[in-house]
Amino acid sequence: MTNTLPPWVNYVLLPAINLLVAFIVSGLVVVAVGENPFKAAWLMIDGAFGSGRGIGFTLFYATNFIFTGLSVAVAIHCGLFNIGSEGQALIGGLGVALACLWLGAYVPWWLVLPVAIVMGAGFGAAWGFLPGYLQAVRGSHVVITTIMFNFIAASLMNWLLVDWLRPAGQMGPETAVFADGGWLPKLTGLLNLFGADIRNTPLNLSFFVALICCLLVWVLIWRTRFGYSIRTMGLSPSAAKYAGIRPARTVIIAMMISGGLAGLMSLNPVMGDLHRLTLDIVQGAGFVGIAVALMGRNHPVGIVLAAILFGMLYQGGAELAFDMPTITRDMIVVIQGLVILFAGALEHMFRPQLTRFFLAMHRRGVSPEAEGAA
Amino acid sequence: MDFNSTLLILDSTLRLSTPLLLAALAGLYSERAGIFDIGLEGKMLAAAFAAGAGASVTGSAYAGLLLGVLVSIIFGLVHGFASITARGNQIVSGVALNFVAAGATVLLGQAWFGQGGRTPQLSTDQRFLGSEPGFAAELRDIPILGPIFSELVLGHSLLVYIAFIMVPLTWWILFRTRFGLRLRAVGENPAAVDTAGISVTALRYEAVIICGALCGVAGTYLAISQSGGFNNNMTAGKGYIALAALIFAKWKPVPVMFACLLFGFLDASAIRLQGAELPLIGRVPVQFIQALPYILTVVLLAGFIGRAEPPRAGGVPYTKER
Repeated sequence: MTNTLPPWVNYVLLPAINLLVAFIVSGLVVVAVGENPFKAAWLMIDGAFGSGRGIGFTLFYATNFIFTGLSVAVAIHCGLFNIGSEGQALIGGLGVALACLWLGAYVPWWLVLPVAIVMGAGFGAAWGFLPGYLQAVRGSHVVITTIMFNFIAASLMNWLLVDWLRPAGQMGPETAVFADGGWLPKLTGLLNLFGADIRNTPLNLSFFVALICCLLVWVLIWRTRFGYSIRTMGLSPSAAKYAGIRPARTVIIAMMISGGLAGLMSLNPVMGDLHRLTLDIVQGAGFVGIAVALMGRNHPVGIVLAAILFGMLYQGGAELAFDMPTITRDMIVVIQGLVILFAGALEHMFRPQLTRFFLAMHRRGVSPEAEGAA
Repeated sequence: MDFNSTLLILDSTLRLSTPLLLAALAGLYSERAGIFDIGLEGKMLAAAFAAGAGASVTGSAYAGLLLGVLVSIIFGLVHGFASITARGNQIVSGVALNFVAAGATVLLGQAWFGQGGRTPQLSTDQRFLGSEPGFAAELRDIPILGPIFSELVLGHSLLVYIAFIMVPLTWWILFRTRFGLRLRAVGENPAAVDTAGISVTALRYEAVIICGALCGVAGTYLAISQSGGFNNNMTAGKGYIALAALIFAKWKPVPVMFACLLFGFLDASAIRLQGAELPLIGRVPVQFIQALPYILTVVLLAGFIGRAEPPRAGGVPYTKER
């Protein structure tokens, strides 16, 4: 059924219709709160793209979603549904923070960054390893184990922050602020060259790390032998096994790559913005990654576009909450949920109608020739 | 630990297990019919908000219950529509509904009541509170048995009794009625059910409606029985613990009750164990006890304590052969 539609309908029109429906329902929620939905929509778009500052924030949020979207996508290519990006990103944050705390006072950021990348990705990969191992070797369903691992990660971090990493005299569960070496440079100067004024935004170097990861994931999935075995596993585990691909090894490594990408997400908030580790660095980005991967059709280019869309929702929603007092920041969560619902779970809702429509168009265009031939 | 504090812990175990039990049984119906539901959390939260708002506006606890159940069923039907009719991904649908519930409850609560997302504080006659029957006071004087009876058995809210009655009832429905047989069959082999001329779609919709109703009672219990109104994110992961309990109990009703009691007991004792020294083990971090339900479930899933086999057709949308 998927192949009967032309690609532009499949990749552009269908997601666009789904998004539109999600936004219409979001508009109804705005009406229920007693505000004008058109004004709200304009405030959101203007808040996200109307100023250099808005664009800076939009791209800052998008950075998180690129990482988690890639994380979910790599797992999906292998036929695994990793909904543990949330926990993997949190544990990755621990790795990044430890690197910054240890080295930040002694060496500059460009020496800390490689260590932070290795530790963030490594910690995230380690948190992805166990669910991968349990799926591959013991047959425990990866969806359920990753849900459980999200909560175990949250408890573990709570304990570490409260009992071990919190400096003396500090009230909240968070680490000390890093020394200078633990601060990634902001992109302010760079974008100012292009005339955009993005002062006071947290957009930082990890945006480029995210883009490099996109390229690496593309190379991995479509240009390497291991990527081929990942995709074969995702399409048909039995065919993969027959072709001499080792299923357990492929599943475990794919989950570790997925966890590693999620772990790298923490670079952005921990080393790029807050310069310390707190409990709420991930803020649902792991779950948003599911929607980003789905909407981006698991391709890095699509993921970047979808991540920017969700970044826009985050930033625009924050501005909306600021300008319309009756609407709180929770509106963002509602819109996200509706987008995930309509663009993700209900993505096939309009497919039968569209297929019928295009078949009818096709028949009308083709049938005279067919009759002539007969 | 003396007799009285043991009684107190067991009493709060019962109270804390009740929402878990209702939600886990809700998940049992849905998952046994082949519809995975990680949206238990969202349904409970939406129901808690609807119950809190309904009870405060109408002034009646029963109206709150009705609204809570209704809203939760609507969420269930959306999940059903996505998973059954639109053949979408059930996990994604569950994640989406959790998001919608988490956002919409606070947004609407703030817009309608203006108390930072809470619903107004309820008076005692607008809540489901336990009342001790007259003979409870006389029973209390009987040594040992008296306090056990009056603390543990009597004096709970109506919803606690409903939760525990649902256990044998669910067992009976699943294993002793025609409907239950079909429900289990549709989760294992929907094609066989279809061949027998029974509608897979109708059965699965019935399952998500029952699931919604039970989650509705669970949410109502949180909002207008255990507390005096809805609070921002008041489910706090209980839906996921219920899911863990359901898996831990291998999708069987009576073990589900024991799993929920165990997890409720961990929750009740976590507060008391904080900072306390245990013999042999030493000081146990409270976060470890909070994570224990999830750790136990993973250990079980790994096959180290028995084996958890989910319903075979779970998570797969049914397509009729053409």
